[in-house]
Amino acid sequence: MKAPFPGEIDRRLLNERSVSGRIGLQLQELDVPEQPLPDARLLRSIEARLPEVSQPEVVRYFTTLSAMNFSIDTNFYPLGSCTMKHNPKVNEEMAFLPGMASIHPNQPDETVQGALQLIWELQQDLGEITGLPGVCLGPLAGAQGEYSGLMIARAYFQDRGDANRTVALMPDSAHGTNPASAAMAGLEVVTVPSDSEGNVDVEALRGLVDERTCVFMLTLPSTLGLFEPNILEITNIVHEAGGLVYADGANLNALLGIVKLGDLGFDIAHSNLHKTFSTPHGGGGPGAGPVLVSETLAPYLPTPVVVRDADTYRFGAPDKTVGRVNGFHGSFGVLVRAYAYIRAIGAEGMREVSENAIINANYIRTALAGEFGIAADRVCMHECVLSPQAQKAKGVSALDISKRLIDYGIHPPTMYFPLIVPEALMVEPTETETKDTLDRFIAVMRQINKEIDSDPDLLHDAPHDTPNTRLDEANAARHPYLRWQPDEDLTAVG
Amino acid sequence: MATPDDRRYSDEHEWALFDGSIVTVGVTQFATDSLGDVVYVDLPEVGAKVAQFDKFGEIESVKAVSDLFSPIGGTIVEVNSDLMTMSEKVNQDPYSVGWLIKVEASDAASQLSKLMDATAYDALIAEE
Repeated sequence: MKAPFPGEIDRRLLNERSVSGRIGLQLQELDVPEQPLPDARLLRSIEARLPEVSQPEVVRYFTTLSAMNFSIDTNFYPLGSCTMKHNPKVNEEMAFLPGMASIHPNQPDETVQGALQLIWELQQDLGEITGLPGVCLGPLAGAQGEYSGLMIARAYFQDRGDANRTVALMPDSAHGTNPASAAMAGLEVVTVPSDSEGNVDVEALRGLVDERTCVFMLTLPSTLGLFEPNILEITNIVHEAGGLVYADGANLNALLGIVKLGDLGFDIAHSNLHKTFSTPHGGGGPGAGPVLVSETLAPYLPTPVVVRDADTYRFGAPDKTVGRVNGFHGSFGVLVRAYAYIRAIGAEGMREVSENAIINANYIRTALAGEFGIAADRVCMHECVLSPQAQKAKGVSALDISKRLIDYGIHPPTMYFPLIVPEALMVEPTETETKDTLDRFIAVMRQINKEIDSDPDLLHDAPHDTPNTRLDEANAARHPYLRWQPDEDLTAVG
Repeated sequence: MATPDDRRYSDEHEWALFDGSIVTVGVTQFATDSLGDVVYVDLPEVGAKVAQFDKFGEIESVKAVSDLFSPIGGTIVEVNSDLMTMSEKVNQDPYSVGWLIKVEASDAASQLSKLMDATAYDALIAEE
């Protein structure tokens, strides 16, 4: 990727471009009654230090920033576990309809029946897709969905007088959010090892479940991109010990229309709408992580959920709800986009999404396994995990390969995850990429593999053509250099 | 790399090399192999006190951030400031140039008795 514009990029912040008295917008004359200012103690003592800039300066500033952005709209983005699929633009049009974008969460239910119907139908759709019919769309991201699901599990056991179930089991390949959410929910985390094939070690699991088991949290397919062949045995083992089984739905893009989580014995799940159901992500949000449960657990769902009475819809609270998980009703704009995606694709289309995601990942796996090594060399699901240990032995790390990919205009795969794979590069092409794009990715990876022998420093110093080259990421995060400093007046408010 | 037998080990994969009352502390080869490439080491100030087996810092690799636990209690008299800019030294040789802190221990002998020798530590990592 070359710098987006010829010449040097103007890196000054908007505040640093400010010139006293310069204006970008003329306000209309006041046409409503003037209101008195609030209590003096709520007012600033000095004027706000807002940037005083012309309109073209503002436009250029933000346009330049947007052009420097590396996104799914500009580049191939095979970031494993994140499902960076194309976001159909019609979804944006739907989300911006006035009836969707201009409503307020405090409006009376009878004035937003269309929006409530959309939420109800999306609850139904997600329940059908996953086989877990109790759905609350409130959680704002996957981790909040996990936390909500674990609170449901705890409430369920407390309600049954089985409050000693405080252990959350999870495989050593789990997403980092799983142990974090379990700890937040007050559970003790116990790790279940993987076997040599990358599957959950069933015998080890059998030895770890007992009367203290609350949940077993499992990602399906696993973070190695593999389907658990023993999944029915696994859910049985946990159920026989009296525990519940939680599905981390991050990898749901491999299962749509093929198998339902509920049919496999899962009791609770979350779905990342911003992954599987094509709503935009990667820019820090907003996301949506609905929590999905079996009929038995539905009374414990967070509030509110949308309920249908004959032909009308309203917000309602489940009988034994664990409570609110956010101030309002979830990321409604994200829900509209997911709804539009599901409706546009339909039931048959859902299955095709997953089938093509799986075919694309296996196309890359078979092409690159020989040169880059692979974590588990068998048919994968929607993503494959390369393990370039031979390259590492030559002094080139997964990080170097990732950074070099940027020079070729390709977003790096997920690196160094799952933790159990040395030098992991987790590649998830998604179903929305053409064979041409996959072929180019494969060709670039092979080219990079040649560069490792011919000019390894090309990789060590990569990326070369971006506005910023190799960063010291750990130091940048731990000792950030903040050019903009707040007013003393602001820091004094208290 | 063989586990050096001139020092003692904790089950948190740190080593302690005793030289009178001054004890040099670092992480083991097993730890660096599990962590992968180290990108940042967060060490305490000289003069800070640490209790045996308590957290004294953080080590960040390309994979994860992990806590560092001191195999020895006492006052920190020196930190390896080279690691601020060259954290890769921990990977290059965790037993020499990759050392982390030096601690002045008041009761070195009794603390030493709570640590493993190289043979016991090798047996521990063989299980993991």
